[in-house]
Amino acid sequence: MSALTDEVLTFDEAMEKYDPVLGFEVHVELNTRTKMFSAAPNAFGDIPNTNVSPVDLGLPGVLPVVNGTAVESAIKIGLALNCSIAEKCYFARKNYFYPDTPKNFQTSQFEDPIAHDGYLDIELADGTVFRVEIERAHMEEDAGKLTHMGGAAGRIQGAEFSLVDYNRAGVPLIEIVTKPIEGAGARAPELAKAYVAAIREIVKNLGVSDARMERGNVRCDANVSLRPHGRETFGTRTETKNVNSLRAVEHAVRYEIQRHAAVLDSGTPILQETRHWHEDTRTTTSGRPKSDADDYRYFPEPDLVPVVTNDAWIEKLRAELPEPPAERRKRLQADWGYSDAEFRDVVNAGVMSSIEDTVTAGVSAAVARTWWMGEISRRAKLADVDPAEPGASPALIVELNALIESGKINDKLSRDVLDGVLAGEGTPAEVVEQRGLAVVSDDGPLLEAIDGALAAQPDVADKIRGGKVQAVGAIVGGVMKATRGQADAGRVRELILQRLGVEG
Amino acid sequence: MAEITRDDVAHLARLAHIDMTDDELARMAGELAVIVESIKTVSEVAGDDVPATSHPIPLSNVFREDVVGETLSNEEALLNAPDNADGRFKVPAILDGE
Repeated sequence: MSALTDEVLTFDEAMEKYDPVLGFEVHVELNTRTKMFSAAPNAFGDIPNTNVSPVDLGLPGVLPVVNGTAVESAIKIGLALNCSIAEKCYFARKNYFYPDTPKNFQTSQFEDPIAHDGYLDIELADGTVFRVEIERAHMEEDAGKLTHMGGAAGRIQGAEFSLVDYNRAGVPLIEIVTKPIEGAGARAPELAKAYVAAIREIVKNLGVSDARMERGNVRCDANVSLRPHGRETFGTRTETKNVNSLRAVEHAVRYEIQRHAAVLDSGTPILQETRHWHEDTRTTTSGRPKSDADDYRYFPEPDLVPVVTNDAWIEKLRAELPEPPAERRKRLQADWGYSDAEFRDVVNAGVMSSIEDTVTAGVSAAVARTWWMGEISRRAKLADVDPAEPGASPALIVELNALIESGKINDKLSRDVLDGVLAGEGTPAEVVEQRGLAVVSDDGPLLEAIDGALAAQPDVADKIRGGKVQAVGAIVGGVMKATRGQADAGRVRELILQRLGVEG
Repeated sequence: MAEITRDDVAHLARLAHIDMTDDELARMAGELAVIVESIKTVSEVAGDDVPATSHPIPLSNVFREDVVGETLSNEEALLNAPDNADGRFKVPAILDGE
C-alpha cells in the first residue's frame, strides 16, 4: 500500500467550493445455469478449474455459443431500467493481456449494447427522488479469479506469483453504465449508495442474479469528478474500482470528493487514473494511470452472429417482469398502514418480504411487524445474521400467534417458545409441551402463588385494600415470578383483587 | 485511414506483446500500408448507403439452451499449463495490473 497519505478537505469544505459529478459502472453476474458462451456450470465456490470447458480456457479452435437465457436476462434488465432495446447488436472483442483472461480478450459489446438510454428513479432516505440516467447495459463475460501469493496479505504488491482459477471466467455479466450524474451536491455519497442498492434490488427482484455483493455478484466502479460551483465543464475524473459493499460505495465517493477537493485547492490537476479502495482505512490509493494499455482495439467478434430482437419477443419478456420494487413498496405500505418511519425501518431491516408472507398467511400487519422487528430482529442482531436467517418463518409466526390468541401462551412465554423452535426443539406446539410453557389457567396453583405474594408484601396488600388499586402490579409481579412467567397476568390481577375484596 | 507509420506499428506491437526489431518495424509499416491501401479500394465501390459489414452471412440469434454440458476435469484443465499449484494455473507476479 502507498505510504503516502493523501490530503483531504472536510466534506463540508469540499461542498462549499465544488459540485461533484458521479458516474457508475455496475457489473451484475447473472445466475444462469451455464456460462455466457459455454455450457460449463456457472457456480460459486466449487473446486478451482473444474467448471471450465475448452471455450472458457481459450483453447485453440473452440467456438463460443451464446446462452439464450442470458440474452433474455439482459433484455429484462434493460427493460427494468427503462432502456430502449437494440434491434440489432453485436459482440466485440476487447483485447488485453492479463492472466485472468485466458483468451487475451474479453468478449463484450462495444458500439451497440443490447440496452441503451434508460433511467432509474432513486428514492433517498427522506423520500427525495433523484433520476439517474442510464447510458447503456451490455452483455459480456466475467474474468477468472487471481490470488496473489507470497506478498503481504494477498496484495499484488510484493507478490511472487499468482494462482488463477477460471471457474468464474465466462460467467455472464451485464455491465450497467450511467450517464454523468450532476446536481446531487452534498447528497452524492448517499445517492451513490442508493443507486447501487436499487440496481441490486432490481436484478434480485427480476430473478436474474443472486445479487450477493459479498460474493461479487454485484460490483461497482465509482467515477467521481469535481468542478467549481457554476462551471459547466466536467473536471477530470478518477475511477475507484471494485467497491463491493453498499457502505463502501458511500464511503468511497465521499472520500474521493474530499481528496479531489484538496488536490484542486492546492492548484494541482487531478490525474485521470483508477483508484483502489481500502475498506480498512476507508481511503483510496493510486492505481493505474490511464495509458495506452487502455487501447483495447475493440473489433466485432467474428465467431458470434448478431443478436436481433423484435417487438413480440421484447413484449413477451416485458410481460414477465415482476412488479418493480419501488412500486411494490408503495403498495405494501398503503396496504399495511405503516407510517413512513415504520415502513423505512422494516425495509432497512430486510424483513419486508417476510412480513408480506406473514400477512398473506393470515396474521395482521401490526402483529407481523411486532414479531419481525421485535423478537426476531433482536435475535438476528445478537447472532449477527439477517433476520430471515435464524430460521424464523412466516409459518412459525402464524403458529405462535395462534397459540397466543387461543390463550394457550402469553407474550412472554411466546419468546421462550420462539427460542425453543429456533434451537431445533420442534414445532411451537411441541416446544410448549416439552418445556411445559403453557399458561397456568387452573386457578388453584395461581391462588396459592397469590397468597404467597400477598404474605410476602403485607404493606402492599394493605395499600390495595385501602383502595390503591394501581399497587396491584407489585403483587402480580411476585406471582409471575413464582410461576416462572406462566401465568396469565390479566387473570392473576382479577384473582388478587377478588382475594382482597376490592373492585377492579 | 491515412498511412501506417513506424510509430503506429511500434504501438500495436507493444499492445499485442510482440517484440519487434527496428528493421521489422520499418518493413511491417510498409507492408501494412500496402494492405490498408488495397482494402481502401473496397470503400470506393461501397457507397455511403452500405454499412460496414463485420458478418457477411445473414444469420442471427444462434443461441444455446441454458443446460450444463461437459466440462474438463481439474487435471485436464491444467494439462497444458506451463506451471500449476494447488489446482490452479500458476503465473508470474503481475506488477502493473489491478
